[in-house]
Amino acid sequence: MADRKRAYWEHFEHKADIGVRGVAACKAEAFEQAATAMTAVICDPAVVKAAEQIEICCQGDDDEILLVDWLNRLIYEMDIRGMLFGKFEVSIGNNKLQANVWGEKCDRQKHQPAVEIKGATYTELFVGKNDKEMWVAQCVVDV
Amino acid sequence: MDTKKFKRISEYQWQIEPCGKMRVPVIIFADEDLISEMDEKVCEQAANVAALPGIVKASYAMPDAHWGYGFPIGGVAAFDPDKGGVISAGGVGFDISCGVRALRTNLTIDDIEKVKKTLADLLAHKIPAGVGSRGKLSLSLSQLDDMLTSGGQWAVEEGFGTKDDLQYSEENGCMNGAKPSYVSDYAKNRQKNEVGTLGSGNHYMEVQKVVEIFDKNIADAYGLKEGGIVISIHCGSRGLGHQIGTEFLKKMAETAKDNGIDLPERELACAPLKSHVGQQYLGAMRAGINCAIANRQVLTHLVREALTTIIPKAELKLIYDVSHNTCKEETHKVNGKNKRLFVHRKGATRAFGPGSEQIPESYRCAGQPVLIGGTMGTASYILAGTKESEALAFGSSCHGAGRNMSRKAATKLWRGSDVVRKLASEGIVIRSPSMRGVAEEAPDAYKNVDTVVDAAEGAGLSRKAARLIPMICVKG
Repeated sequence: MADRKRAYWEHFEHKADIGVRGVAACKAEAFEQAATAMTAVICDPAVVKAAEQIEICCQGDDDEILLVDWLNRLIYEMDIRGMLFGKFEVSIGNNKLQANVWGEKCDRQKHQPAVEIKGATYTELFVGKNDKEMWVAQCVVDV
Repeated sequence: MDTKKFKRISEYQWQIEPCGKMRVPVIIFADEDLISEMDEKVCEQAANVAALPGIVKASYAMPDAHWGYGFPIGGVAAFDPDKGGVISAGGVGFDISCGVRALRTNLTIDDIEKVKKTLADLLAHKIPAGVGSRGKLSLSLSQLDDMLTSGGQWAVEEGFGTKDDLQYSEENGCMNGAKPSYVSDYAKNRQKNEVGTLGSGNHYMEVQKVVEIFDKNIADAYGLKEGGIVISIHCGSRGLGHQIGTEFLKKMAETAKDNGIDLPERELACAPLKSHVGQQYLGAMRAGINCAIANRQVLTHLVREALTTIIPKAELKLIYDVSHNTCKEETHKVNGKNKRLFVHRKGATRAFGPGSEQIPESYRCAGQPVLIGGTMGTASYILAGTKESEALAFGSSCHGAGRNMSRKAATKLWRGSDVVRKLASEGIVIRSPSMRGVAEEAPDAYKNVDTVVDAAEGAGLSRKAARLIPMICVKG
């Protein structure tokens, strides 16, 4: 069971775009936090209601490709469905990711979305443990 | 950036000789201040590009270059398919064929001043902009394939413009060699309802006034005069282009090893031009170029509708439509011989000089219009391509001011509503669905566009024709 108290997300600097980073005791939760960091590029994730649930599955040759795939699938689903996502439950095994994702239709008044995300990139891409033995999942997203 | 590592070739040209895995030199065009302020990453990324197979002459960075992903933004690199040359999804970018089009009008500053706020409101209402905006068109998959095959020509046939518009678009509005069959259904689904949308981030539609003419002959050729009104549109290939970029970046990263490519960074993912993946990307990317041109053409139609509703006498004629995220097959002189090359311009504008057969006949005395987008509070420029640029950097120039500060840093410094108020006091009306978006795009988050353009001219990459100041800006 992950130590949820220690999990967090943050943004990091990139001149043209923005970096998203999730940090947690386990890899899957770091992926969840990275997804929250990505929603936070668009709007305040706390304002996004968990009204609708969708499932996402993806696959990658390694953890880093899997992270980029995961974030890009979320970008695709946001675009196609006109939704924003605020809650994520991820499980990872054998280079496969399965997730339940909750969110709601984007409402300009309510969510005040700042910017669309074009794609998750391989720039500053890293999935691994930091010096505090916490899992870090991060990359730059193109906006 | 530390300038000590460069050999200064001229006032505006800085070079690093090949070392390590680099096959060609890095050449950066900038004045001393611009290069000093440039991110170290520009040099690192340009050097990585210099190590890619089949690169010809040099890996270039324009005066507005900044840290990108794989290629620097403001990067130019040409590859020879006969020497194992590659094509790179990162070297084109996610927003395939993002670009600028500028339209001249028969209007005066006074015509706009009288109706500025009403016009701004109608433009903001008519032009779908910002996160989640949907266009007024909903296309079937077969209609999408037609659009991806013929780009601006499709838009004009559908009633969104005139044949004249096509004549003044790069590639006459239609990029040949597009292969919609290489565009995934995921990408097509994203575009079904996004044709004729502006997007967000640094995309905009502006009503601008011409405040200075630098070269009367060039300005005359482009139909520009001081006190005239120009409309500029900056946007790209929307969800479709983003999805093509996403999918091929992965495909290229996965197949690089099998194709014998030793990638210095995964983000430099590329494929030999003569490989299956390379050809697939080329066909899909060209479809993305058509999507972007069609998108800007439909937006042009919406702007025309809005403008003539408020000012019935308004006429809008396309000056030019030029992309700054592309890979184009072009013929250039290398060691005195004509070579067929694939030129990547990531955040860089094609800038062909006078006499080029690739540009409209009426511009062949002046050179190709090079459209430089500024920020919502500063100037934009219309430059002209030069013969010199063809020899210096495969006929390329800068594309904008270039960011000087991250989005995060910008939102810490400014509030969107304050930016809008300050610009209003300067006579610039801003309409945007997002105040945070406005803060992230605050004019001071960018480099000084005047300095960037002066460096591009000083380096010989292009010549200044006209300077434009925004009056109305609809931000995405």
